Amino acid sequence: MLASHGPGVAFIFKKALISALVALVLFSLMIGIRTEAGPTGQLIYWTRFGDLAAMVATVFGGSIAMELLRQWWGPVGTIKVIPPSVQSGLAVARRAIAPVLLIFTFLVPVIFYNQRYILDLGILVLTYVMLGWGLNVVVGLAGLLDLGYVAFYAVGAYSYALLATNFGLSFWVCLPLAGILAACWGVMLGFPVLRLRGDYLAIVTLAFGEIIRLVIINWQSLTGGPNGVSGIPRPTLFGIALAPGPDGLAARLGIEFSPTHRIVFLFYLILALALLTNWVTIRLRRLPIGRAWEALREDEVACRALGINTTTTKLTAFATGAMFGGFAGAFFATRQGFISPESFTFQESALVLAIVVLGGMGSQLGVALAALTMIGGFELFRGLEQYRMLVFGLAMVLLMIWRPRGLIGHRAPTVFLRHSQAISSELAREGRG
Amino acid sequence: MSSDSILAVDHLSMRFGGIVAVNDLSFAAERGKITALIGPNGAGKTTVFNCITGFYRRTSGTMRLTHDDGRAIQLERLNDFRISKQARVARTFQNIRLFPGMTALENLMVAQHNALMRASGLTFIGLIGAPSWRAAEKRAIDRATLWLDRIGLVDRADDAAGNLPYGDQRRLEIARAMCTEPALLCLDEPAAGLNARESAGLSELLLSIRADHGTSILLIEHDMSVVMEISDHVVVMDYGVKIAEGTPQQIRDDPKVIAAYLGVEDNEVAAVESELGL
Repeated sequence: MLASHGPGVAFIFKKALISALVALVLFSLMIGIRTEAGPTGQLIYWTRFGDLAAMVATVFGGSIAMELLRQWWGPVGTIKVIPPSVQSGLAVARRAIAPVLLIFTFLVPVIFYNQRYILDLGILVLTYVMLGWGLNVVVGLAGLLDLGYVAFYAVGAYSYALLATNFGLSFWVCLPLAGILAACWGVMLGFPVLRLRGDYLAIVTLAFGEIIRLVIINWQSLTGGPNGVSGIPRPTLFGIALAPGPDGLAARLGIEFSPTHRIVFLFYLILALALLTNWVTIRLRRLPIGRAWEALREDEVACRALGINTTTTKLTAFATGAMFGGFAGAFFATRQGFISPESFTFQESALVLAIVVLGGMGSQLGVALAALTMIGGFELFRGLEQYRMLVFGLAMVLLMIWRPRGLIGHRAPTVFLRHSQAISSELAREGRG
Repeated sequence: MSSDSILAVDHLSMRFGGIVAVNDLSFAAERGKITALIGPNGAGKTTVFNCITGFYRRTSGTMRLTHDDGRAIQLERLNDFRISKQARVARTFQNIRLFPGMTALENLMVAQHNALMRASGLTFIGLIGAPSWRAAEKRAIDRATLWLDRIGLVDRADDAAGNLPYGDQRRLEIARAMCTEPALLCLDEPAAGLNARESAGLSELLLSIRADHGTSILLIEHDMSVVMEISDHVVVMDYGVKIAEGTPQQIRDDPKVIAAYLGVEDNEVAAVESELGL
């Protein structure tokens, strides 16, 4: 093995062989043997060794290709493959991404007015953008790993659903209440976990998410248990319902009623909520509390030496993140009209956390792009049917190899003296608690 | 003990299980003076610092901090962040603890957290961008710029702290501690890893801090050129106990100190002294 030429042929083959072996073990049961229930209920199985061989060969070849590619590319960060002129062009493009994306989002309901599927997908993506931005406060800024974020989403959703169905309160009254209630739960979670760091914090927050779900399932008299809450009122435009009939918005404006009006309204509603989240987060970052969150992520001991109350700083991060989760939950309830505990599983927490990590911890634009990639991309691969998860997983792995620090791998300073220059995420710490 | 001491440490002891790291230590740091705490490795100097700054809870003893206005605070009754916030004791660390992913300017802004939190009305006034908040923020930036200027880093204000050279990071950490407007500044080996020129610059910086702000300084240092040049008073520790204290000149001539540093038994001190021509 010559150091100057990187690993030799033997090394590449050895690596490829090991990868192929792992693939063989993994896929022998997943692909090699296919089982199915027969016509009379018995289990029948048949072998697919051809497919298995093809899969293992692909892994073997792919491993060699990857290693060769890595050698051709050279050590990461030492060789600039892209010429400076292209880089400056990319920098301009990067600055333009956010405004272009925002304008496009505003125009989505106009462009795709007749495509209900796109509008629904847009609402879904925006919901996750909002959740991602909310969780970003906790994970990205304060560096507190929260695996139970869905709990606040659930608290927000059930707050609105129960207040609206039991007391007949309108969406606009319930929205702040849902946020406040979720924030209270955030503080309640925050108190016991303040001493915990890293993995321990992650496990406790994970448990908290599950506890909330189990309470909702079992507290039948209040929440309806597994049956959920149905008949949740649709949102109104300051008291004017978006429904057919003489009191509806369409009738008042003198236009023909269409169910799309409500979808478009919901789209702009979640867009407004998401942008509110974004605006508040950007403002908070430039305030002492936001800087304290980031300082906490960087070095908690130094924070204490500077007289920063780490307890309240952590609690405010939890409460702020939870509040946005609560808003998103209230929106979810009003959009669906029906909620049940099934919507608030760990899967959701994991998805939102994946969006934050993929986006680049702490980056607002990164989170938006990641939500678009994760939710939109997942829909994009729908045509691949059973291979959807496989292709999606592969795409994620490649993305994390290409950009280990997330899509946006740098943080923008909150204050500057002469010129703001982006700081590489290599320097920023991820936080340990 | 002088009546005008800013910090009076009285019979301080710190035990970790069976190990006595600090044993019945008493000393005082005078107001507006530089007090050095020296001793061989493992003498318990950093443990004393951690007790004073609230990172450890002392086993026994008292630490009394008296402010300029006569207000006295028992440091052992406060814990972690309150020492800095209420007693206004700032510290730096032996292994630098800056916020590496934040710019030099941001580091100094974080240090002014408590003042800025008040100015931002616990965030609410700041969130709506009230003029009073903007003015307070501008003052904080001005103060940070002033300190960056004093440590010669104003040109690198917008660089990540983690990207700065080692010596600059040391000075930035001192500037960050000073931005909390401390009454007592505790420096844990500020000259560690600095070359002779940087050490000289550090001495100058510390002397100017004392002269311009009247800040009392307590420092742990191994670099004797720095200690002897700037200290008004030196306390020497070995194995958790105070073995000597006095002016730098007195310490330099103290046979016990020489013995502690050279590692000889008490009965050999006389022999060592004669060898050194003392």
